[in-house]
Amino acid sequence: MAQITFDNLAHSYLPAPKADADWALKPMSLTWRDGGAYALLGSSGCGKTTLLNIISGLLHPSRGRVLFGDRNVTDLSTAERNIAQVFQFPVVYDTMSVRENLAFPLKNRGMPADQIAARVDAVARMIGMTDTLDRRARGLTADAKQKISLGRGMVRQDVNAILFDEPLTVIDPQMKWELRTQLKALHREFGHTMIYVTHDQTEALTFADEVVVMSEGRVVQAGTPQSLFDAPAHTFVGYFIGSPGMNLLDAEIQGTTARIAGTTIPLAAPYAPPKGRVQIGIRPDAVRPASEGLPFRLIRTEDVGHHRILRGEVAGAPFNLVVPEDQPIPAAFDRVALDPARIGVFVDDWRIEPLERAA
Amino acid sequence: MTTARASRGSAVVMTLYLLFLLVPIYWLVNMSLKTNAEITGTFSLWPQNPTLRNFRVILTDPSWYMGYINSLIYVVMNTVLSLAVALPAAYAFSRYRFLGDKHLFFWLLTNRMAPPAVFALPFFQLYSAVGLFDTHIAVALAHCLFNVPLAVWILEGFMSGVPREIDETAYIDGYSFPRFFTRIFMPLIASGIGVAAFFCFMFSWVELLLSRTLTSVNAKPIAATMTRTVSASGLDWGVLAAAGVLTILPGALVIWFVRNYIAKGFALGRV
Amino acid sequence: MDKPVNNRAWFLVLPVLVLVAFSAVIPLMTVVNYSVQDTFGNNQFFWNGLGWFQEVLESDRIHAALGRQLLFSAIILAIEIPLGIFIALNMPKRGFWASLVLVLMALPLLIPWNVVGTIWQVFGRVDIGLLGHTLAALGIDYNYVNDPVDAWATIIVMDVWHWTSLVALLCYAGLQSIPDAYYQAARIDQASRWGVFRYIELPKMSGVLLIAVLLRFMDSFMIYTEPFVVTGGGPGNATTFLSIDLVKMAIGQFDLGPAAAFSLIYFLVILLISWVFYTVMTAQRDRT
Repeated sequence: MAQITFDNLAHSYLPAPKADADWALKPMSLTWRDGGAYALLGSSGCGKTTLLNIISGLLHPSRGRVLFGDRNVTDLSTAERNIAQVFQFPVVYDTMSVRENLAFPLKNRGMPADQIAARVDAVARMIGMTDTLDRRARGLTADAKQKISLGRGMVRQDVNAILFDEPLTVIDPQMKWELRTQLKALHREFGHTMIYVTHDQTEALTFADEVVVMSEGRVVQAGTPQSLFDAPAHTFVGYFIGSPGMNLLDAEIQGTTARIAGTTIPLAAPYAPPKGRVQIGIRPDAVRPASEGLPFRLIRTEDVGHHRILRGEVAGAPFNLVVPEDQPIPAAFDRVALDPARIGVFVDDWRIEPLERAA
Repeated sequence: MTTARASRGSAVVMTLYLLFLLVPIYWLVNMSLKTNAEITGTFSLWPQNPTLRNFRVILTDPSWYMGYINSLIYVVMNTVLSLAVALPAAYAFSRYRFLGDKHLFFWLLTNRMAPPAVFALPFFQLYSAVGLFDTHIAVALAHCLFNVPLAVWILEGFMSGVPREIDETAYIDGYSFPRFFTRIFMPLIASGIGVAAFFCFMFSWVELLLSRTLTSVNAKPIAATMTRTVSASGLDWGVLAAAGVLTILPGALVIWFVRNYIAKGFALGRV
Repeated sequence: MDKPVNNRAWFLVLPVLVLVAFSAVIPLMTVVNYSVQDTFGNNQFFWNGLGWFQEVLESDRIHAALGRQLLFSAIILAIEIPLGIFIALNMPKRGFWASLVLVLMALPLLIPWNVVGTIWQVFGRVDIGLLGHTLAALGIDYNYVNDPVDAWATIIVMDVWHWTSLVALLCYAGLQSIPDAYYQAARIDQASRWGVFRYIELPKMSGVLLIAVLLRFMDSFMIYTEPFVVTGGGPGNATTFLSIDLVKMAIGQFDLGPAAAFSLIYFLVILLISWVFYTVMTAQRDRT
C-alpha cells in the first residue's frame, strides 16, 4: 500500500496536441493518502476514465509522473504496479468455478496452496458467496459475477490500490445499495486505498472520503463531500452536486451587496470589484419564500417525501427552493430571501473568496 | 517491452502465412504472363518476356469469355433468388414460433451437409426431364440447395439482433407488412443482406461439380471451360493460367467491397 | 424473448419450401427410388429391396474410400483448427493492416475449386512448378503423380492453403468480440499468455470453433473438385475419396442402383458425424 501522487500529469490522445481541447486530461497535480477512499466524479467524457487508465498503467501519460509512495511507476506495466481493478461490467473467467476465480490472482503469483485456500475462504465470506464457491461462474447472475470481480480485487492483501470503474452500472438498484455498503465496510476493515470512478454523485458522496470532480479534462475541485456541497470551487461542481443543483444568477457585486436584475441583496462579506462574468450561487435549501427579496415566479411544486422542491425562475433564470416537510409554504408569494452566509460568488465560473477571509 | 516482442512475433507469423497463401497465386499470375515456350523451356521466377497474349486469347475468343458471362449470370441469379426466398423465411424464423419451426430450420441446415456428388445425377435427370438442362436457371436453382439454407441462417442471426419493438411500432403506425419489410426492416439489416449475398456469391462462384453436370454449351461456366480445354488442346499452360487469374478477379473485387462487413458477418458465428 | 406463436408464418417460409423441395427433395426421392430398384439399362426398373445397400455396405472398394475419407478429414481438422486459431491470435486487431490481411486471407476462399486444383497441380509439378522444382533442386524425390504419399501431402497442403483462412477468420471474429477489460483483468491478475488463451480467449471462441469444426468436417468430407483436378483420384486409388468414387460410379459407370444406395449412406454418415461433433462440443461447452 502506498500514497499515490500525480505530478504535473497530462494526457492527450493526439500525437501533437495544440489547442486546449486536444487534451483529454489537462495538467494536474494531486496527492492521495495511503488507505483513503477516493471518488472520481464527472459526466462521461470528462477525463475520469483517462485518469484511471493512467493509474492502472493501461495508458502512458503524455506528460508528468505517477508515484506510488516514492516510487515512480509511470513506465511500469500494469502487472508491476500491483493494483487491483473492478470493471464496469463483470469480468469473470467463465469456465472456472467461483473458487478458482478468486484463487486465480494468488495462484499466478505462486502463493502456497494452504494460504490461497484460507484467503479465498475469507474473501468468499466477505462477499457472501461461501455457498456458491464451487459453482461455475458462467451461469451466475450479473450481480453475483460482479461480486466475484469485487472479490478478485480484494483477494490480494498487498495491493497498492483497488480501482473501481463504475462497478455498479449493471447492478439492480437495491443490490447497488447493498454492495456499496459492503464496499464501505471492506474499506474500513482492510484499509486499502480505493479509487472509485463514477458519474453518480450519490455513489461518489456516500463512498468517498474525498471526491475529485472532473469536467472537460480538468480537475475542478477535490475535497470532502461536505466542502463540495458547501463551497463548490466551480459553477460545474455547484450544479453537478446536489439535487437539485446550485442556483446560479448573473449579478453585479459592489462591496457587500449583489445587484440582480435591479434588486439589491446583502452579502456576508465584502468582495473586491471582480472582472469578467460574475454570478452568485446559492443552494436551494438556503433560500426561503418571503415577502421581500428577489422577485420569484413559481412554476411547480414537487413533493419528494421529506422535503418539497419549488421550481421557478428569478430574472428569467431557473431557480429552485428546497423547503422541509414541516415548514409551511405561504399560499402566495412572489419573492425569495437568500441566506447571505451561504451565497458564493463566481467569476468566469470559478469561486472567489471575500476580501476579509482572503486577507 | 514484451508487447513489442510479441507484436514482432505476430508480424513474422502473419508474413509467413501470407507468403504461403500468395506464392501459389503469384506463380499462376507469373505463368499467365509468359509464353508457353518460356513456361516449359526455362525456369524463371518472373516472366523474362512478359506477354499479354494469353489474356488476349481469352478476351477475344467467345468460347472462353462466354464462360465468364455464363458464370456471372447464374451466380447473380442464384444470389438474387436465394435472398428473395430466404428473407421472408428468416423473418418468420426470427420473429414467430409456428408448427414445426425447429424441425424445419434443422432440416434446412441439413441440406448444407448434402454432398453435391449425391445430387449431381438426380439433378441432371430432373432438369433434363423439365427441359431446363443447359440453362443458367438450372445451375442457379441447383446452387440454391446449399445457398438458401446458408442465407436463411445468416439472415436469421442478423434479424434476431433487431429488437421486435421496431416491428410493433411500425404496425401501430399503420404500415402494411410488405411496406414495413421493404422500407424499414431491410435497411436495418442491410449489412446482414450484404454478408448473405457475399456468401451466396462465393459458394456459387466456386462450385464446379453441379454447374458442370448441368450444362453443356449454352450455359457452360468458365470453370468447366477450363477443365475441358486442358484435356482437348493439350497443354496450353499460359492460357490456362490466364483463365485461372481471371477467375480470381471477381472474388477479389467482391472481398474488397465487403471487407468491413466480413468480420461482422463472421462475428455472428454464422457462415 | 418469447416469440409469439403464429402459424401464418408458414406463408413466409413457403417460398423456401417450394424451392428446396425442387432442389433437394425431388432429387433425393429420385435417389431413394434408384436405391431400391434395378435395371438392365432399358429404362425398365424392378424392385431390388435393400440389395444395393447390402452390396455397398459389403464393398471393399467403398470401405477403402471411406477409410481414406475419414483419415483425410481427421488430418485436415487436426491441422487446420489449431493452425487457424494460431493465425487468428496473430492477426492485427485494427487499422489498415487488419483490413489488408483480412482481404488477402479471404482470397483463396473465393477461387473456384477447380482453379484451386489447377494452381496446386501446376505449383507442384517438377518441371514447371515452383514447389516441385524447388523440392527437386533440394534433392527431395517428390512426385505427386506417381507417389501416393506425395499425392496425399500435396492435397493436404492444398486444403490447408485453401481453407485455414476460414477457420482463422471465424476465430478472429470470436476474438474481436472480447472486451479489452478482460485482457486488462488478466494483466492485473498476472495471468500467463497461456492462461489468457486458456481462460479468456478459448472460452470466448467456443461458439465459432464449433461452427469451424462442423464446416471443415462437412466440406472436407464432401471434397471432390480439388483432388480430382490434381490427381484424378490417383495414383491408383490412393486419393479416391468418397465423392470421387461416387461420381465415378454414378456418371462414369452409370451404376445407378449402387450409386444411389451409396449416396444415401454417404449423406447419413455426414449427418451422423456432424451430429456427434455438435453434441460432444456443446456438451463440452456447457460442462466447462
